[in-house]
Amino acid sequence: MRRLMRQLLAGPYLVWIAGFIILPVGVILYYAFTTADGAFTFAHIAAIADPVHVKSILLSLKLGLSCTVVCLLLAYPLAMILSSFRFRHQSFVVFLFILPMWMNFMLRILSWRLILANSGIINALLVRLGFGPVKLLNTPATVVFGMVYDFLPFMILPIYNSMTRIKDDIIEAARDLGAGNLTILAKIIFPLTVSGIISGIIMVFVPALTSFVISDLLGGGKVLLIGNVIEQEFMQGTNWNLGSGLSVVLMIFVIASMAVMNIFDKDGGGAAVW
Amino acid sequence: MVKKTVSGLYLAVIFLFLYLPILVLIVLSFNDSKSRVVWGGFTLRWYSSCFQDETIMNALIMTLQITLAAAVISTVIGTLAAIGISAMKRRNRAIMLGATNIPLLNADIVTGISLMLLFVKFTNLGFVTVLIAHITFDIPYVILNVLPKISQANRYTYEAALDLGASPLRAFYKITWPEIKSGVFSGFLMAVTMSLDDFSITFFTKGAGVNTLSTMLYTELRKGIRPELYALSTLLFLLAFFLLLLMNYRSDRQVRQHAGHHPDRASA
Amino acid sequence: MSKKLISFIDITKSYGDNIVLDELNLYVRENEFITLLGPSGCGKTTTLRILGGFETPDHGRVIFDGKDITCLPPNERNLNTVFQKYALFPHMSIAENIAFGLKIKKKSRDYIEDKIRYALKLVNLEGFGDRSVDSLSGGQQQRIAIARAIVNEPKVLLLDEPLGALDLKLRQDMQYELIRLKNELGITFVYVTHDQEEALTMSDTIVVMNQGYIQQIGTPEMIYNEPVNAFVADFIGDSNILDGIMVQDRVVSVLGVKLPCVDEGFGSNRPVDVVIRPEDVEIVAPEDGFMEGDITSVIFKGVHYELDILVNGYEWLVHTTQLYAVGQHVGIRVIPFNIQIMNKPESEDEEAVEIDA
Repeated sequence: MRRLMRQLLAGPYLVWIAGFIILPVGVILYYAFTTADGAFTFAHIAAIADPVHVKSILLSLKLGLSCTVVCLLLAYPLAMILSSFRFRHQSFVVFLFILPMWMNFMLRILSWRLILANSGIINALLVRLGFGPVKLLNTPATVVFGMVYDFLPFMILPIYNSMTRIKDDIIEAARDLGAGNLTILAKIIFPLTVSGIISGIIMVFVPALTSFVISDLLGGGKVLLIGNVIEQEFMQGTNWNLGSGLSVVLMIFVIASMAVMNIFDKDGGGAAVW
Repeated sequence: MVKKTVSGLYLAVIFLFLYLPILVLIVLSFNDSKSRVVWGGFTLRWYSSCFQDETIMNALIMTLQITLAAAVISTVIGTLAAIGISAMKRRNRAIMLGATNIPLLNADIVTGISLMLLFVKFTNLGFVTVLIAHITFDIPYVILNVLPKISQANRYTYEAALDLGASPLRAFYKITWPEIKSGVFSGFLMAVTMSLDDFSITFFTKGAGVNTLSTMLYTELRKGIRPELYALSTLLFLLAFFLLLLMNYRSDRQVRQHAGHHPDRASA
Repeated sequence: MSKKLISFIDITKSYGDNIVLDELNLYVRENEFITLLGPSGCGKTTTLRILGGFETPDHGRVIFDGKDITCLPPNERNLNTVFQKYALFPHMSIAENIAFGLKIKKKSRDYIEDKIRYALKLVNLEGFGDRSVDSLSGGQQQRIAIARAIVNEPKVLLLDEPLGALDLKLRQDMQYELIRLKNELGITFVYVTHDQEEALTMSDTIVVMNQGYIQQIGTPEMIYNEPVNAFVADFIGDSNILDGIMVQDRVVSVLGVKLPCVDEGFGSNRPVDVVIRPEDVEIVAPEDGFMEGDITSVIFKGVHYELDILVNGYEWLVHTTQLYAVGQHVGIRVIPFNIQIMNKPESEDEEAVEIDA
């Protein structure tokens, strides 16, 4: 009886789920599988095979994967260093990575534009050193750079969290049994941080794959990701059905990438951000 | 010791990478020249013109309104939901948590578009639709922060309070609340963080004339950059810095008080 | 006497201002079961960790089998540790845990399989190889931790309060198990504990430590029957520790009463500590005792009764198998041989700390 009463507290949320989580998914599926006059069609899903769309989804996958790999390579050693420092208050570390996130990311990307522009700080320095201005903006590499900048904390925090959870005596036991530093890293630390790595990869890869703002601001409209294509269908074109179809395809890519990652995550737990 | 130097250097480079853009904006906000590379002397004029700029001020106010309203509402709904979910049987709980994961894991752009498609079917886009959208992606963060606290909390103390004659409301306030409040608080913080930084979902669900900082900046950036925006960045950074510092201090104090009750006795 | 296997020479270790070990000298013989016993913060775990290679001393050397190993990292020492909280690798099966050290030494697959089977049999957990770590109880995990260490055939096994996290019954079973293991393996055990009963049951030699100093080294019998100072007496079992004056050889004055004893050489009229074990106090008729007093409490302890007897303001702790009533007026006697006389600590360093019985 009392248990039932407690369950009822989830009532408002249940309504919210139905209205604003399940229903919108239904609506977007409806748009994706119908023509403008409401007839069933598979064309908007199939439209992904259009060479323009293939090109942009491949580019999205390429940039998203690059961003994820770079983030992982930067974050893993960083998390190891941070956890070896044994800060008295772990929350301080989290604080340092969260702080930039509280300043609008649009402003931080804007700042990178200032720094990397042809007339920006870095090029001003290069010119003075006699290297002439180098084109740093509006390339795919710039877009990856911006994504790494924006998403790096999402890779660092889960890995750092899983690393601080490894107890000292586990490491000492391995050393006691004859393991050197490399063996400890490969046989103990790495396996015990896999769930953190998986969380990090998901939290970086999904937004990187689906991003459209960073490519817009740092790619100068020349880097067309699948997110940009979808955005244009809604904001500039008028073909909402096609846009929905591509969104559904994007959703499938996201679900597929998470399914792949789940295979590796034997613990099934996954580490929370904080 | 070489290892320590390399580690320190690496750490410094990463933090430079994270904080360099912020530093540049702060420096430029005091620069009396419109140039991005030449120092034209110290000035505060971008700050005064920033405060007089209606576009910026309106967006700032709108952002704070939406962030706070969305965070408060989602904290209430999310906390109640977490309590309810914790009382559910395994299967129902799995279903609820599965649904909770959808906005969390789905691409922002897809969440934004699907909400927009729903909204335009029934109503006009505006303040309310943005608010609903924010609440939708905030709630999962609240639930994920509160739920672990509830399962850690001792369920018998709540029942003991009822047994000793407390009303359910009083028992909740006196017993359950102190155990879960840190989770509720960090859930609220997460919600604020996510709302404050969101662009994609707001972008698709906002109507004409409704602009948060993110969407305002997106339009502004295409037109070109005004120095008032540097001043705005600096103010936002300082605000964030002090708010987070305050919260950090608060949680540190809690940790220390807690530690006071269980002195950490070094073993031998 | 078998040969010295390990020597600690002038070991000093401090953390900041806190000196944990001060010029410690100690040796361990081959095939000995030696126990470092003392309260929290006495330096026993630090001593063990220096031997294991997890800490480096500020001064002094550790000699193992004739070689100076002071700066050798743990993975290059021919000894293994059983950790207090087991420290099993959570992502590996039981068999993988046990095989860890052997795989690093690149042993053949057959050899490893044999060793796993042998080790599991030795700790009475045959057939547990494929189980996961968290499916085991605390006691079972402890056995696996021991198995994981001994398959490497170390010359010395270090055990850091290995039974601390187990409940009383299990702890007693494991004590016998450890003695059996020690005898079967024929290797040296260096054992750290704060539990005096554990130390008395298992050890060949006990080293009582306090505040970074060794208080006494000896067999369990020696430590129990002839504690060298009030700290050891108080830490090992229950004791009545009284302030006394050594009047002359063989006569000590306690609570204003002169008692005959067997100790000599303390000089005359010197303040001393007088230690009398509760089971050595005899209860007699008031007129037959050295002193008389009233029984203030009687508690049944199973094998005996524990009495408090108030005499001239001092509450004596007495064990007896006979039942007395609270409030009864009785006399007490102690035979001279059971009165232990000890010098008072001279410096603050030697001062015995209060400890909970």
